[in-house]
Amino acid sequence: MSEGPGSRAIAIRELVLFRLRLFYREPGTMFWTFGFPMAMSIVLGIAFRTQEPDRIPCAVVRNEASPRVEEILRRSPDLSSEVSEEGAAGVALRTGKVALVIVPGAPPAPHTYRYDATRPESRLARALVDDALQRGEGRADAFAARSELTTEVGSRYIDFLVPGLIGLGLMSTGFWGIGFSLAEMRTKRLLKRLVATPMRRSDFLLSFVVVRALLLLVELPPLLVFARLAFSVKVHGSYGALALIALVGGLTFAAMGLLLACRSDNPQMVSGMINIASFPMYLCSGVFFASSRFPDALQPAIRALPLTALVDGLRAVMVEGAGTAGVLRELGVMTCWGVGCFALAIRLFRWR
Amino acid sequence: MQAEAVRCRGLTKRYGEDTLAVDGLDLDVRRGECFGLLGPNGAGKTTTVEILEGLLEPSGGDVLVLGRRWDADERYLRDRIGLSLQQTYLPDKLTVSEILQLFRSFFSEGRGVEETIALVALEEKARARYETLSGGQRQRLAVACALVSDPELLFLDEPTTGLDPQSRRMLWDVVLAYKANGGSVVLTTHYMDEAERLCDRVGVMDHGKMIALGTPEVLIDSLGGRQIVELSLDEGADVDAASFLPIDGVHSARILHGRVTLTVEQLHVALPAVLSALDASGQKLTNLSTHRATLEDVFVNLTGRALRE
Ligand SMILES: Nc1ncnc2c1ncn2[C@@H]1O[C@H](COP(=O)(O)OP(=O)(O)OP(=O)(O)O)[C@@H](O)[C@H]1O
Ligand SMILES: [Mg+2]
Repeated sequence: MSEGPGSRAIAIRELVLFRLRLFYREPGTMFWTFGFPMAMSIVLGIAFRTQEPDRIPCAVVRNEASPRVEEILRRSPDLSSEVSEEGAAGVALRTGKVALVIVPGAPPAPHTYRYDATRPESRLARALVDDALQRGEGRADAFAARSELTTEVGSRYIDFLVPGLIGLGLMSTGFWGIGFSLAEMRTKRLLKRLVATPMRRSDFLLSFVVVRALLLLVELPPLLVFARLAFSVKVHGSYGALALIALVGGLTFAAMGLLLACRSDNPQMVSGMINIASFPMYLCSGVFFASSRFPDALQPAIRALPLTALVDGLRAVMVEGAGTAGVLRELGVMTCWGVGCFALAIRLFRWR
Repeated sequence: MQAEAVRCRGLTKRYGEDTLAVDGLDLDVRRGECFGLLGPNGAGKTTTVEILEGLLEPSGGDVLVLGRRWDADERYLRDRIGLSLQQTYLPDKLTVSEILQLFRSFFSEGRGVEETIALVALEEKARARYETLSGGQRQRLAVACALVSDPELLFLDEPTTGLDPQSRRMLWDVVLAYKANGGSVVLTTHYMDEAERLCDRVGVMDHGKMIALGTPEVLIDSLGGRQIVELSLDEGADVDAASFLPIDGVHSARILHGRVTLTVEQLHVALPAVLSALDASGQKLTNLSTHRATLEDVFVNLTGRALRE
């Protein structure tokens, strides 16, 4: 019973099903794909949530002029003050409990401010305290400025973090999902057994690529929906551009995973190589903080990393509202990595 | 005329500088024949079979499988041979029928998955994951993966090692049925009863060389007698194998691990003569056993070593 020309498609379908079954029957991979990014964004989202601006704590040293000073400062919405003895106030300043110590002077003697000028909070406290006391004693403002207060969605840490975590997730599922499982197939001689059939090697590799792309479809939406519901993180740009970036990124890391595992039959060795490959990107690619904080000399190298490109691209689309045209450089960087690694992996691949 | 199933000449395989795993092997396997490769651990059986399967490159020599060469006709050959490796792990999380479905999809022709499952009597486990199967069930599944394409030529590397007697007999029936349908088989085994039962011809390997080749009957007949007598004598007794040779009906004698092994033609003639000879020389017998000669005895006779040590 020959199946004719359709049999090639059947083989690919079976290989794809094989990979998918391994994926969804393995609780570990499910956690690393979905649970981990969500847990991470919950923890970091809580740690870095936007807070009500706190009042800045100050200490007033007790003497005959302190009640008057204390009364003026209590009216300020930006300060919280307490009256204490000289020694206790000094300790509070040194240990950072208060930002500034005020030693009131009975007029005409001036007040003295004690603070550490290297602490930004202390400098801020000095300005606020001085302002409050001057005004309390009757200084007139030259003009009344108007304040516009904003906490814009899109400029919060969580808005920065979510694209970073998505990028990180794509990298680790690509590396571990492909690299590690290939190494395991080689150690357990499953690869050798498959190669002993007429299976086409290109079909086998293709199934990895197809499965990666399919998994992106189920991987990404839950994360986006979760970020939206839990933290109101919105996608400002187009979903098409987002999908394209994620697809190119996912396939790039799949190709890199293929390369990392193309020869070794030792899963420990492969996991070591994966760690070595991920570590610099983990640190430098701007997942948790902006990569622009690194020295200028390092910037070209950092910007050439595939994870930097992916994370920058995701942020450009999600936060800055860029379209595909705005992320061509990032797409280009990733494509170079992906195509280069894939070509190398095919050449070096050890089938037996 | 159809080409032989396997034909190889001067096959060698070298690992590194000093391991010569296969040393100038000539081998012909005819169509419709079951050929058995016997030999102790490290004899080179797996290496030979994997070269024939196109999974290892030989260091030298010439290999034709189904009349073709691996480097020229790999796809043709892959589509027509079935095999089970000495050790395979299949994907833990897949079920028996999913695994067979996967293997079946690579071949242009073959039999149905359910039919193959029935062939190795794994119907009850069709929906069970590989990780839950027992060792014997895994081995049967490995053989099923070899059979799912209904191959012309089947390679089985120690297919029944570690199986219980019932599973072994079941796999023997599978192989015999396959052969009855015209298939050719190359198998390796450590079990003499298996070789005698299944194989039309066997080759005995040692240190990468074929040291005996023929039908099990011919090899056993080459011992000169069809019965084996094994005796243990009192400790400290100083015996010489040659001293048994003059006894009527004794064909050969050797001493292995302190036991005397005699090959005799007719037990009822030779045994009384041996006993009275021992009596006459005043030696005390501590143990005596006899059995029909097997391929095991052929191997011992050829190498002076036991097949399984
Ligand atoms: N990959 C390898 N590298 C080095 N030496 C090897 C390799 N594979 C096998 N050998 C050596 O080649 C010889 C033959 O091994 P082979 O596996 O063919 O034996 P075998 O007859 O199948 O033994 P067994 O009954 O134990 O399966 C052994 O000495 C073995 O140590
Ligand atoms: Mg072996």
